[in-house]
Amino acid sequence: MFHKVVVANRGAVAARVLRALDGLGVRSVAVYSDADADAPYLELASETYHIGAAPARESYLNEDAILEVLRVSHADGLHPGYGFLSENHRFAERVQAAGACFVGPSPRWIEAMGHKTRARDLAAQYGLPVGRGTGVLLKDAPAMLRAADEIGYPVLVKPAAGGGGIGMIAVHKPEELAPAVERAASMAERGFANGEVYLERLVERPRHVEIQVLGDRAGAVRHLFERDCSVQRRHQKIIEEAPGPGLARAVVGPLAADVARVLGAMGYDNIGTIEMLMGADGEFSFLEMNTRLQVEHGVTEEVTGVDLVAAQLRSAAGEPLAEILPERIAPEGHAIQARVYAEDPKRFFPSPGPLHVFRPPQDDGIRLETGYREGQQVTPHYDPLLAKVIAHAPTREAAIARLTGALRGFDIQGVKHNVPALVRILQSAEFQDGGVHTGLASEVLARAQ
Amino acid sequence: MATYEARSEVTGSVWKVVCEVGQRLEPGDTVMIIESMKMEIPVIAEDGGVVKQILVEKGTPVTENQPVAILEVE
Repeated sequence: MFHKVVVANRGAVAARVLRALDGLGVRSVAVYSDADADAPYLELASETYHIGAAPARESYLNEDAILEVLRVSHADGLHPGYGFLSENHRFAERVQAAGACFVGPSPRWIEAMGHKTRARDLAAQYGLPVGRGTGVLLKDAPAMLRAADEIGYPVLVKPAAGGGGIGMIAVHKPEELAPAVERAASMAERGFANGEVYLERLVERPRHVEIQVLGDRAGAVRHLFERDCSVQRRHQKIIEEAPGPGLARAVVGPLAADVARVLGAMGYDNIGTIEMLMGADGEFSFLEMNTRLQVEHGVTEEVTGVDLVAAQLRSAAGEPLAEILPERIAPEGHAIQARVYAEDPKRFFPSPGPLHVFRPPQDDGIRLETGYREGQQVTPHYDPLLAKVIAHAPTREAAIARLTGALRGFDIQGVKHNVPALVRILQSAEFQDGGVHTGLASEVLARAQ
Repeated sequence: MATYEARSEVTGSVWKVVCEVGQRLEPGDTVMIIESMKMEIPVIAEDGGVVKQILVEKGTPVTENQPVAILEVE
């Protein structure tokens, strides 16, 4: 096991990883920007280092500053959390070159899965279901139109090096294709410094189902079942649950087993998630792979009883999977997570400001993950996540009721927040019936306005 | 001739000013883009008009409802 690990992140995930390190008896190093100097989780760390000004590129994306902390603290591991530098293979290589372990998969996996069309090719090559799509588009209008025709409209234009739904444009007719490709390429260039785009079949009203996996350094891989993350706004997840509502075990069980088998065959070697779309016809298709801990890992932890962060750390330190995970993992009950954001609940615009009141619910069966406390300032520099509220109960109905109650009891004043929107979705007939799809949130909220 | 202020809808900082003083904008055109919490939110010239004054520059922190440009409509 590690002697000391740097947590190169902030907010709820920094708190979560610091807690896991404490549980493993590993010394921890927290880093913070000017904006986070009074963050509550810094108290959990054995050591803390200031790494720069509030803007992320000067602090949490500042590779040199973080590598300097690694050097002066004599840490032998670095956990990147999610977001920021977690999927930057060059940074992972620099951590290794500095003589420390990057707590994540080997850099070659981060690189291979970071490029969407290469990841699709890999998935297809190993026999995972992949929807119709193209490679990176060349600047050849007739060829583009032919490709879209072959896939069949509607198609989706997507950045190859992107993420988070940025730069994705749906195209319903041939004459919309060229302008959409141009716009997507320019957004991709700006957002990801890579203007490559490609086409994919647009699955309408799909479900977003993902499979959690854990591999070890010897290439053994197991899955920890699925999560459903269909409830989204602006292509970003807001409610996640495990297991997926209404999914036939006879379908999702073999799918998860297949995913683990494929990643094992590839030699995948740490935590990861395969994201898939499920069409109205029940067909699954590979969407992408995230080579890191997910924001929604907590629902899997609740139903499986496995501490995924501790497991990830132990795997990175070289422990074999057989020692890390129990021989038999069986999901128990149902867990749902709601992401509480500092944003306008109607238009989803960000709402930074002071947390005059911040009193999370303390109900039984409720787990709370946050990087904030009352009195702190929510700055415009980072994403708007205030807290993750996770309910675990014997049934989905009970989990919905428990989560709704907890959200209603969450007292937040000083910033606008999306709690009313979350409650409305949880209480909607569609959600309660389990008829989730990626358009559900906007449909339910549009009806309420 | 009447003037009005284009205002930022969110607290954040100016990411990019996309118009110039003297430029004529159509109703709904973008005046500038504010960055906040990893989102880009445009400031819109609701009624169009000629840009008379730009009150901020790239990187300026702005608060919700702060005027960022003055436009003149006929």
